[in-house]
Amino acid sequence: MYRLRRWAPGFLLILPSLIALGIFVYGFLGRNVQVSLSNWRGLAPRYDYVGFDNYTRLAHDTRFTGDVKNVIVFTVIFVGGALIAGFLLALLLERGVKAEGFFRGVFLFPMAISFIATAVIWRWLMSNASGAQETGLNKLFREAGLGFLANDWFKSNTVFAMAAVALAAGWALVGYIMALFLAGIRGVSDDLREAARVDGASEPKVFWYVVGPMLWPVVMAAIVILAHISLKTFDLIYAMDPKSRKIETPALYMWFTTFDGFFFSRGAAIATLLVLGIAVVIVPYIWYSMRSERRK
Amino acid sequence: MTTTATPPPPASVAAPATGPEPADGPVRIRSPWAGYTTTARYIILFALVCVFLLPVYVLLITAFKDLAQVSPSRMWEWPDSLSLDTYRAVWPKLQDGLRNSLAMAIPAALISSFLGAANGFVLSKWRFPGADIVFPLILFGMFIPYQAILIPMRQTISDLHLLGGLNGLILAHVIYGLPITTLIFRSYFTGISDELIDAAQVDGAGMIRTFLFVALPIAVPAFAVSVIWQFTSAWNDFLFGLVLTNPDHWPVTVALNNVAGGQVVPYHEAMAAALLASIPTLLVYILMGRFFMRGLMAGALKG
Repeated sequence: MYRLRRWAPGFLLILPSLIALGIFVYGFLGRNVQVSLSNWRGLAPRYDYVGFDNYTRLAHDTRFTGDVKNVIVFTVIFVGGALIAGFLLALLLERGVKAEGFFRGVFLFPMAISFIATAVIWRWLMSNASGAQETGLNKLFREAGLGFLANDWFKSNTVFAMAAVALAAGWALVGYIMALFLAGIRGVSDDLREAARVDGASEPKVFWYVVGPMLWPVVMAAIVILAHISLKTFDLIYAMDPKSRKIETPALYMWFTTFDGFFFSRGAAIATLLVLGIAVVIVPYIWYSMRSERRK
Repeated sequence: MTTTATPPPPASVAAPATGPEPADGPVRIRSPWAGYTTTARYIILFALVCVFLLPVYVLLITAFKDLAQVSPSRMWEWPDSLSLDTYRAVWPKLQDGLRNSLAMAIPAALISSFLGAANGFVLSKWRFPGADIVFPLILFGMFIPYQAILIPMRQTISDLHLLGGLNGLILAHVIYGLPITTLIFRSYFTGISDELIDAAQVDGAGMIRTFLFVALPIAVPAFAVSVIWQFTSAWNDFLFGLVLTNPDHWPVTVALNNVAGGQVVPYHEAMAAALLASIPTLLVYILMGRFFMRGLMAGALKG
């Protein structure tokens, strides 16, 4: 009885939040799955169970399979690129440079800007207009005598279209990855490094053999964060070129089929697949984080 | 783990090439190339700064050019004269959006942070059986793709007669902000010693009083992190605004996309609009970057 009186007030205080999240996260996820198994098409909700029809049809929908290809290409380029670039930035700053705060501030500030504003700026920078209308980076390349670099950016017909989107997304997020690595590198105790130095290891070796192995948790965190962003990113692509299939991903298809086409059950099926894709990386990550916290 | 300040710079800062090694410092094997690598590092860093600021350069010079000089082909040219004409053209299209975003993001950030403080307090200092199971379940809400709750949420908000206005949008931002605010405060309170809480209890304070008068006042830094983070997220959100509001209540991101979204929009107006819509979050970042950083680190679970 004493124990109950001890913890009950805390539980009551947190209860409203738990109920709200229970409904808005888990209840809605469940309802979304239910919609994905129905034939709801049109404005009036319908929940007639039709099994996995929406999913099997998606599997044969070339628009959807194309979108999946796009998002895979995007994820690989965006995650890989941001990871490498963020790590290199952290390396440049790691040993302590003058005005480090300034450099960090510059690399991080795009995080504070909305994806919509980012897309508006980059859409113009990556314009593929030619002749008198030529502008943006293509124009800059031409004036710098690097005209051969001019290209169609996100209007390319190849995987390069997705790479152009990844460039804008990378501009927005690479500073974040840099900050994660920087914190990780500096979390390695100086004693450990000093011990290696006393043993005669050169600085690159100290980094490679002492600091490097301790950065795996940071790499994991960065991959998880970047990968889940790349799967759910909507606004960046929507504001850049909303009707282009070249850079459409399932997150956009979900939007168009649901709120433009009123094909709610298909939109819900796409969204359910997105959740599954994200849960595959997120659930082990949360589990791992909680476990290592308990060990401390 | 997450609310600690940015780590201090390492003790051993690479000395400039000309500076002599301090005699009593640790014996360091200095590469003869050290001077060159330091110089190279600064050159690379400055080059990268230029690349990162390239979009800002375009944004700033374009938005202040007079109308005679704005043409996409002259994007990179320095303005002949400064003019605010473009802003005058864009301001009427964005001012409602800016006002809506302020009226939405501020209460959303405050309410979400306050609830997050209560949750974080309970989950770290007033634990109940099963708290270790509840917390990861809360955290998962941070990562879900919002597409997967959009259809039921729109319906629910509509059933509550909140669709179209700002209150529905605020409600959505408050609830989906709870995971990260809870995380921020839980980490913060975990770092506070139990003695303070125990002392309050010995003095006969109940949980609510302990929370309000002991825990909350010392959590001001965490509150700053949380409010700033939530304000930025709510301000920069697009999807919820698109689904939950009518044109009268569009947040600034939706308004911006409408002003600057089409290819027919004059590009100087697009740039000026993007700049205007970003000013509040940029100000927050410039003035309170330290707190913004900590919010970022909290989002990574393990900073």
